[in-house]
Amino acid sequence: MADPVLQLTNLRKSFGGLVVTDGVTLDIGAGELHAVIGPNGAGKTTLINQISGLLAPDDGAIVFNGTNVTALPSNKRAELGLARSFQITSVLPKFSALENVALAVQARSGSSYKFAGAAAREAELNDPAFAALEEVGLSTRADVLAAHLSHGEKRALELAIALAMQPKLLLLDEPMAGTGHEEGARLVGVLQRLKGRFSMLLVEHDMNAVFALADRISVLTYGRILASGAPAAVRADPAVVTAYLGDELE
Amino acid sequence: MTDTTLIAPQRKPHALELAPVFIFLVLALAPVAAAFGPETYLLGLFTRVMVFAIAALALDFICGYGGLVSFGHAAFVGIGAYSVGILSAHGVTDILISLPVALAASAIFAYLTGTVCLRTKSVYFIMITLAFGQMVYFVAGSLAPYGGDDGMTLQVRSTLLGFQPFKNDRVFYYAVLLFLLAAYLACRAIVASRFGRVFRGAKENPVRMATIGYDVFKYQRIAYVIAGMIGGLAGFLLANVVEFVSPAYMSWQRSGELIIMVLFGGIGTLYGAIVGAAAFLLLEDGLGSITENWKLIFGPMLVLIVLFARGGVVGLIERLTGRAGRG
Amino acid sequence: MSLSLLFVQTLNGLQFGVLLFLIAAGLTLVFGVMDFINLAHGVQYMLGAYLAVMFYALTGNFLVALVLALAAALVFGLLLEFVVFRHLYERDHLEQVIATFGIIMFLNQGVKVVWGAAPLSLPIPEMLSGTIVLMPGILYPVWRLVIIGSGLGVGLILYLLVTQTRVGMLVRAGATNARIVSALGVDIRRLFMIVFGFGTMLAAFAGVMIAPILSVEPGMGDGVLILAFVVIVIGGIGSMRGAFIAALLIGLVDTLGRSFAIDILRLVMPPSPARTVGPAIASMLIYVLMALVLYFRPAGLFPVRGR
Repeated sequence: MADPVLQLTNLRKSFGGLVVTDGVTLDIGAGELHAVIGPNGAGKTTLINQISGLLAPDDGAIVFNGTNVTALPSNKRAELGLARSFQITSVLPKFSALENVALAVQARSGSSYKFAGAAAREAELNDPAFAALEEVGLSTRADVLAAHLSHGEKRALELAIALAMQPKLLLLDEPMAGTGHEEGARLVGVLQRLKGRFSMLLVEHDMNAVFALADRISVLTYGRILASGAPAAVRADPAVVTAYLGDELE
Repeated sequence: MTDTTLIAPQRKPHALELAPVFIFLVLALAPVAAAFGPETYLLGLFTRVMVFAIAALALDFICGYGGLVSFGHAAFVGIGAYSVGILSAHGVTDILISLPVALAASAIFAYLTGTVCLRTKSVYFIMITLAFGQMVYFVAGSLAPYGGDDGMTLQVRSTLLGFQPFKNDRVFYYAVLLFLLAAYLACRAIVASRFGRVFRGAKENPVRMATIGYDVFKYQRIAYVIAGMIGGLAGFLLANVVEFVSPAYMSWQRSGELIIMVLFGGIGTLYGAIVGAAAFLLLEDGLGSITENWKLIFGPMLVLIVLFARGGVVGLIERLTGRAGRG
Repeated sequence: MSLSLLFVQTLNGLQFGVLLFLIAAGLTLVFGVMDFINLAHGVQYMLGAYLAVMFYALTGNFLVALVLALAAALVFGLLLEFVVFRHLYERDHLEQVIATFGIIMFLNQGVKVVWGAAPLSLPIPEMLSGTIVLMPGILYPVWRLVIIGSGLGVGLILYLLVTQTRVGMLVRAGATNARIVSALGVDIRRLFMIVFGFGTMLAAFAGVMIAPILSVEPGMGDGVLILAFVVIVIGGIGSMRGAFIAALLIGLVDTLGRSFAIDILRLVMPPSPARTVGPAIASMLIYVLMALVLYFRPAGLFPVRGR
């Protein structure tokens, strides 16, 4: 097996007395779609925030593509190819969908220290941005302000922004959160197409989606990895069934 | 390529798009009209309007597009003015020296204070920029060799290679107009540029910008330096207009007035800052000629504008023409 | 730089700090609970002083003048809140700055029209005038001690109010997270009005107390306002404890800096430049202090908001 894209070693984080990440060790192989599941409050978003650099872990190491990024700010990690989506939609509301994505393209293409020339007219930025929108099925809504998109469309936009960064690893924090049945199914389709092209860490509550998509699954409870392995193995693990999956898989 | 043209944002042509052209046309023709009235007075007033318009423009640039509400912008005006004054006290009056010095001094000050200020957010940013403004104000007041609290008079306006072209009020007027035009076009270009897009994005969602890969702080600091330099330019010109420099240029009230100008005209429009500066100074002048207690009228007017006329003059026109267009 | 001078100047610094605290207390409450930048807080202080002068001229009794001035300042403050300020709470900081700046312009000029531009004065109450021997050879004005004492007293009362009463609890919760308070079903408007009225009275109280040793003139609130903002920002907006500590810190640093800057500089440079640089450094000192604090603690010494 090739070197893993992401290696978490004994990651710890607590807020006050509350331990939210309790010695998490995890790795994600190249091209793998690794899902992290667990009940609410298990510390999934906290984990993603530490990987993307919005929170500093108290202890442990995060190695991304062979580089120790534990102490790097999030913009540096993004430069190295780490992209994320947010559980609570985080886009630029007064920018059009296309501009939102074009900003991500711009971060990857050449200098942003250009003080003249209208960025909005640069095909070098717009074409890849448009392609990313097409990928998530938003191309017809390119000119619409992000604030005016529907919830499901905003979720798709989140994904398009992350894609446009041409990342080596996608961190997806509940990409389907709050979407309806149809929109959710569409997003699963998008992820299905992306699978294999990108390494992904997927946090998701929708178990059907997770078991349809994941190569490997890790179960997180109370900040600890309870079990980790192929979907079938995790599904059969008695500890997992009692702790978490039980009634959901009936 | 076809994609790009297809998806370029479709904007309705609007009367306001011509507003900057109209504004600069009026400013270019004003001296002609002034010739029919008290010419020196009117030229002086309009030159001052344009100088403050430059300072307000810079403030609108960081405030309206970057969300950085600086309550100490008058400091840059003061630094620019004092650069002229101090150099001139030592016999250096050539614009080719004093202007670059004024710009460099404000840039350095902006870089250093920006490094500290930009670590803070929202109201803390407002207050720390205010603190730095006060600092410069007190330093200027204690410069005993350069007039201290009383300020100092300039011997001559800036010279150019030994000539005194700015001695002529009209020539000086058009020079200031050119500087204003240049500052306006520069700000407009920057706002639309790659850099400007990052800067605007940082206002809307700094966390998102960081996770895309931008070091927001660095972009904001550059913008802060740009705004500081434009403020310094305004100060350089102001010293030449009034032929006098004084700490009063950088008191916190002056910074407040610059904010008022920006809000007056309509924040985040750039040309609104020009309209705002004109409205503010002409009102001050007009009300001042009616009664010495003009502040009794002006103060409540500010309150009313905030309460009832959001978007300033530009917003008002937008609403009026918008309604006219639909009706 | 004698020791007795140091002692006296420390007391002066304490007195200045206490005064700043009285003003900053209201400001930080209003700001913390309502997220409202009230530049016009300084004119409430000025108004307190003017009203005291006016009522003293009418009654000839300091205590009566104090009570009437506070009552009048309260009424006026609530009127302002009702007519203008409550429409600004939802607006952004920029708009609040402009509107309250307008109020300052109006009131500074209004005071000039009503009472004239010349400085007025208020006599120290007979009983509390004169000086007292604090230590052999050290005389100190009684009135300044009264200011220190009453300021510390107000500080104690505020502490008790904020920690022991229901309104105080709401105020603390409001400063931490305003949404929680409104979710508790509290009449937030009434809470705001109470907080605002209280802050107004504290500022007016400061104005009355300082009037006997300072000239009462238009614009006297402007400089103090800026200092009060420095105080609440250093202390951490919304934090009463922060305001108290920062006020004393600023009062001491400013007063001691002004009295000893030249002496200290003369240790490291010749007298003549020391005399030039000294005052500049002294007047910058508190702003340098503020910049340093915010550089290392961007939300002040005692941050309230957030996690």
